[in-house]
Amino acid sequence: MYSRKLPYLLLLPSALFLCVFFLYPFVLVAWQAFVTDTGELTSEYFMEMATHWKFNTALINTLLLALAVVPFQIVLALYMATLVNGMKRGRDLILYIWTIPLGISDLAAGIIWLAIFEQTGFLNSFMQSLGFIEEPIGFLGYQNKGTIFVAIMLAEIWRATAIVLVILVAGMGLIPKEYYEAAEVFGASRWKQFTRITLPMLKPSLQTAMILRVILAFEVFAVVVALGGTNLPVLMGEIYTWQYDLRDSSVAAAYALVVLAISIGFTLLIMWGLRTPKGARV
Amino acid sequence: MIVRKSLLTLALAAGLSALGASAASAEVLFWSTQGNTVEESQAMRDQVLSGFEAGADFQGSESGPWITRIEAELQAGSGKIGVLGSLHGSFISLSDGLADLSDMDTTGVNSTFLELGKLGTDEQKYIPWMQATYIMAANKKALEHLPDGADVMALTYDQLIDWAKNMADATGSNKFGFPAGPKGLKHRFFQGYLYPSYTNSMVSQFRSPEAEEAWNKFKELWSYTNPGSTNFSFMQEQLLTDEVWVAFDHTARLADAFNQRPDDFIGFPAPAGPTGRGFMPVVVGIGVPSTAPDMEGAKELISYLSQPETQIATLRATNFFPVVDVELPDDMPPAVQLSGAAIAAMSGADDANPGLLPVGLGDLGGKFNAVYVDSFERIVLGGQDVREVLDDQADTLRALMEEAGAPCWAPDVASDGPCPVE
Amino acid sequence: MSHKTQVNGTVNGQSTWHRYLFTGSVIMLCLWVLVPIYLLLVNTFSAPEAVSAFPKKAFPDINTESVEFFIKYSGVAQALWSSIKVATVTMILSISLGAPAGYALSRFDFTGKETFRVLVLMTRAFPLPLLALPLAVMYIKVGLDDSVLGLALVHTMLALPFAVLITYSLFSGIPIELEEAAWTLGCNRLQAFVKVIFPLVLPGIAASAIFAFVISWNEVFAAAVLTIEHRTLPAFLLQGLGNAPLHLKFAGGAVLVLPALLFIFLVRKYLFSMWGIANR
Repeated sequence: MYSRKLPYLLLLPSALFLCVFFLYPFVLVAWQAFVTDTGELTSEYFMEMATHWKFNTALINTLLLALAVVPFQIVLALYMATLVNGMKRGRDLILYIWTIPLGISDLAAGIIWLAIFEQTGFLNSFMQSLGFIEEPIGFLGYQNKGTIFVAIMLAEIWRATAIVLVILVAGMGLIPKEYYEAAEVFGASRWKQFTRITLPMLKPSLQTAMILRVILAFEVFAVVVALGGTNLPVLMGEIYTWQYDLRDSSVAAAYALVVLAISIGFTLLIMWGLRTPKGARV
Repeated sequence: MIVRKSLLTLALAAGLSALGASAASAEVLFWSTQGNTVEESQAMRDQVLSGFEAGADFQGSESGPWITRIEAELQAGSGKIGVLGSLHGSFISLSDGLADLSDMDTTGVNSTFLELGKLGTDEQKYIPWMQATYIMAANKKALEHLPDGADVMALTYDQLIDWAKNMADATGSNKFGFPAGPKGLKHRFFQGYLYPSYTNSMVSQFRSPEAEEAWNKFKELWSYTNPGSTNFSFMQEQLLTDEVWVAFDHTARLADAFNQRPDDFIGFPAPAGPTGRGFMPVVVGIGVPSTAPDMEGAKELISYLSQPETQIATLRATNFFPVVDVELPDDMPPAVQLSGAAIAAMSGADDANPGLLPVGLGDLGGKFNAVYVDSFERIVLGGQDVREVLDDQADTLRALMEEAGAPCWAPDVASDGPCPVE
Repeated sequence: MSHKTQVNGTVNGQSTWHRYLFTGSVIMLCLWVLVPIYLLLVNTFSAPEAVSAFPKKAFPDINTESVEFFIKYSGVAQALWSSIKVATVTMILSISLGAPAGYALSRFDFTGKETFRVLVLMTRAFPLPLLALPLAVMYIKVGLDDSVLGLALVHTMLALPFAVLITYSLFSGIPIELEEAAWTLGCNRLQAFVKVIFPLVLPGIAASAIFAFVISWNEVFAAAVLTIEHRTLPAFLLQGLGNAPLHLKFAGGAVLVLPALLFIFLVRKYLFSMWGIANR
């Protein structure tokens, strides 16, 4: 039947593309994590990874960072999107300014925030000129894991909230205005309109934004290295270390599969948590 | 729809130029992890390689892409890279893919380094290209805090600790800096400086009582070390910002400080311990992958790079010293003069105890380095018990040496079979 | 319109308070975004000595030494051109592959739907640097190595999840009744799509095209491995930026950021005309 084949036809180009450019190299890489040089199946590499003294720290740091950054970003972007929504003039300019970090790579973001937080950086200069401190503070010193963590959080929130914002603004634009007008008629407060109309109607966009952000958050690396040095190992950093310094692509592949597994796990969780029941769709 | 039309034209143009690309270059592609910063690359192209008649295309790269690209070319069996330039350590794991350069004329090239370039095989896997070493640098403001009786050109580790303490007491902040950041080369410090100075060994005495003392000394030094050190990879930056006054680093990574403010800084030898003044060279080599499109051209480029004039031009461009016998002209930049004096004092010292770079480790070179870095992170940063960590890491080290079957190298006494970890 | 009703109600005191909160938040958030960029520019336009000086000045004496270095740096123009080509091809490829998939996901229930969604996301959840090796081997064998198209294909892989998911949520937001109405008026599926749905989602599609562009623009690792003659700007400049002296690090960062800002500025009409829908 025409319309039963149609979805598959529409998916075909991208599916074929993914098979050649993603699945094929992916299988080759993932294979290394399970099979020895002589071709035997082994769990040796996963054991080596899991028993390495840095593994747990890296895993926990990665998860903590994602959990600290992503929910904050979603709330902030929601707030920013409603502000934009309520704007009469200057909306284009404000949106442009708020989406500027879209164009900034993580490497550049790391450079920028290092200039702020380092001992001779802008934050210390600022506080000293105001007389808050006598001597510059070493925010990023190895004993200050807490400040390092906060600095990385701020940099990540600064860098990657724009993408959530754009997705949410686009989603909000699609909510029919009649809903709000009706709510207005019944005298619903603005908070009520937000929780009863905006949030439920925004579910698909929220889902998209959260999934993308969570996945990218698990691969956080450049900003962490710029600000944290070696103090805050994360999974992605361990992948680089095993692949390029320790020259062991099997263990690196095992790490990468862990990143993949937690990404898929969280994706499914978000898909399930923010599912749109059938029939409830607009 | 004008926009879409012009986009299409762009895409077409892009596709077409992609097709035309492969025929273009006959230049030798020089793929290097050294000289990869924008400034150095510019200097490599304009001042070093411009004299090479056949033409060379210098492409600097970080080590990740560098390894990935050459591995891909070796696996695919064909490629574009003509000459590889990198640290001794990066060549180790590529050994099988490197062409034999034994037939090249290497008169005048440092023979110890040439031997290293064989990577424990019978073939000349790479030709030494340039060298550096680790020295210390100090802001002249620090000199007044030197402990009594200490000669800055012949320091001991104990005096360095006192000095760091004096500076911390006087200024209220820790003024000693150590490149423990992600790109810092700290493993070489432990392998080539700390261990030889305390145990006269790099491998066999790894868990000895002397090694325990060495780590405890280092912990003491660390308590007067700038806590930002875990972010420092290029001590020239912190020397220039005055964040630190005294630092240990690679000559090329101190050069900027020396060159920008030559009157404010001095260079001096690494300190000595009970078993002498341990130090170690950094060797950068040039090799040819077996997949090089133009083997002859690649070899010509290597000969060109080994000429004395080219070596001097390279020194100006990258701050790495020549590996062939050359007279340095008098007009060298301040960094060369300041670090040159420190190197001369270090290698000429009565208690000099030079070590060699690891050889014969194959793919395990990185894991060998990790033993030292992990020990540092666990003992010094993690505050774990020295004895326990050393025992634990010694097991790893022993397994590595046995797997690689690598015999001992200086300063360890030569061994039959794998270097034992006692 | 909702925002109208919100702005209208400024008669009583609570709303004045609301308006202050509103304006205050907007200003704070603008500063939050702009101040770090400004600081980057401060360091970029300072003399090398001033970059490492302490305390730092908020208003530097303008010095263009570091910037000039990059402008004169040979190969920048060519790398810039490569970047634009790669990013443009990426943009076209990712939309033409992603939008049909997004439409299918939003309009049909079929077996394998969830599998496909997860598969698309996996491309982002698996670290690209590890994939670069087998991809490079494949490219060398089939002759895609060091080509604009080859790199653009890899970047398309990175941009595809964005393209699929964004278009998916765009299509999901458009009531199916609109399409059904068009069908009953005699349009077939394609006509209904072209005449009714497409104009509505075009701005959103433009937005996801912009993502594709930016993703390609900022990608470094694959570009550094897969291109040599056709190096893109970030791969060309960032190789070794980490090892560069401080003042060049900042100037390099700025050189990288500015074209992207300019691009977003030039296409902001598309990015924000998503708003056109809201005011329909």
